Amino acid sequence: MNRFLLPLGAFVLLVIVLAIGIRHAPEKDVIASPLIGKAAPAFALPDLNDLSRTVRSSELRGRWYLFNVWGTWCYECRAEHQMLLEVQRAAVLPVIGLDWKDDDAQARSWLTQLGNPYERVAVDHLGRTAIDWGVYGAPESFLVNPAGIVVYKLTGPLTREAWTQEILPRLPRQGLPGS
Amino acid sequence: MSSLAARLALVLLAALALGRVALAVDPTQMPTPQLEARYLALTHELRCMQCQNESLADSPVELAADLRAEVRDMLIAGKSDDEVRAFMVARYGDFILFRPRFTARTAWLWLAPGILLLIGAAVLVRVIVKRGALLATDPGPVEDDGRS
Repeated sequence: MNRFLLPLGAFVLLVIVLAIGIRHAPEKDVIASPLIGKAAPAFALPDLNDLSRTVRSSELRGRWYLFNVWGTWCYECRAEHQMLLEVQRAAVLPVIGLDWKDDDAQARSWLTQLGNPYERVAVDHLGRTAIDWGVYGAPESFLVNPAGIVVYKLTGPLTREAWTQEILPRLPRQGLPGS
Repeated sequence: MSSLAARLALVLLAALALGRVALAVDPTQMPTPQLEARYLALTHELRCMQCQNESLADSPVELAADLRAEVRDMLIAGKSDDEVRAFMVARYGDFILFRPRFTARTAWLWLAPGILLLIGAAVLVRVIVKRGALLATDPGPVEDDGRS
């Protein structure tokens, strides 16, 4: 009996380890953000529509917002643009854009051509704010609550699925003040 | 003989040329040799988040260049190596470190090799003890009487 107990135990252990590995396999592409549950990084950046004005993270306090990192050089940002426009139409929460290492003129013409889903667009020429947010590839979207805490991060394009299954359930049921 | 030497020299030259190309990824020059050494060590132990199997030092993508600039500026500003690491981990998580820290989540990573070694040693000792016991009761090799 004892002769089989040890190999059997080793086998069961191996199965458990592999099962955990398989369970976590779909998450391997996405790196969990350490920002979840923490204060959204502060920033003060020029406004894309009027570079003399400043978009400040402190102005965004007191309401929910979706912080969307994009750029005209980003292929998948085009794919999520329709969904962003839908989010704007739904008027559930404002979308704040971070135009990451982009050409301002190109960014403006992109918004003119495809439609502008953003309430404000902050321009991050140096990419420092993107680094503060732990951005490693556009598009990325962060859901921030009225207390300024990052509640959720979506890596990759915003899909209808992500919107209905990940973002909407995290928002309070009733209509949101200030949106 | 001389043709072999020539070939060797060619190979060496090619290797050198490749080395230069690799170096060209990061043209950063630090003001002092001490800072340069720390900068090189840090950029080699931090992961490029976009390519993931390359270090910041080796990666040609723009984000890696931006992160190298952060490392450079922090070192020049007098920050310690640990402060630079903490800055990166606060933004990108443990994953950015090629050498993971010892935490509850990574404990098994660090301990598993030791545990496996101990298990192996235990098995080895058991086998040796059993063999010893077997040998002690062994009447010795059967004598060959040469008839067969």
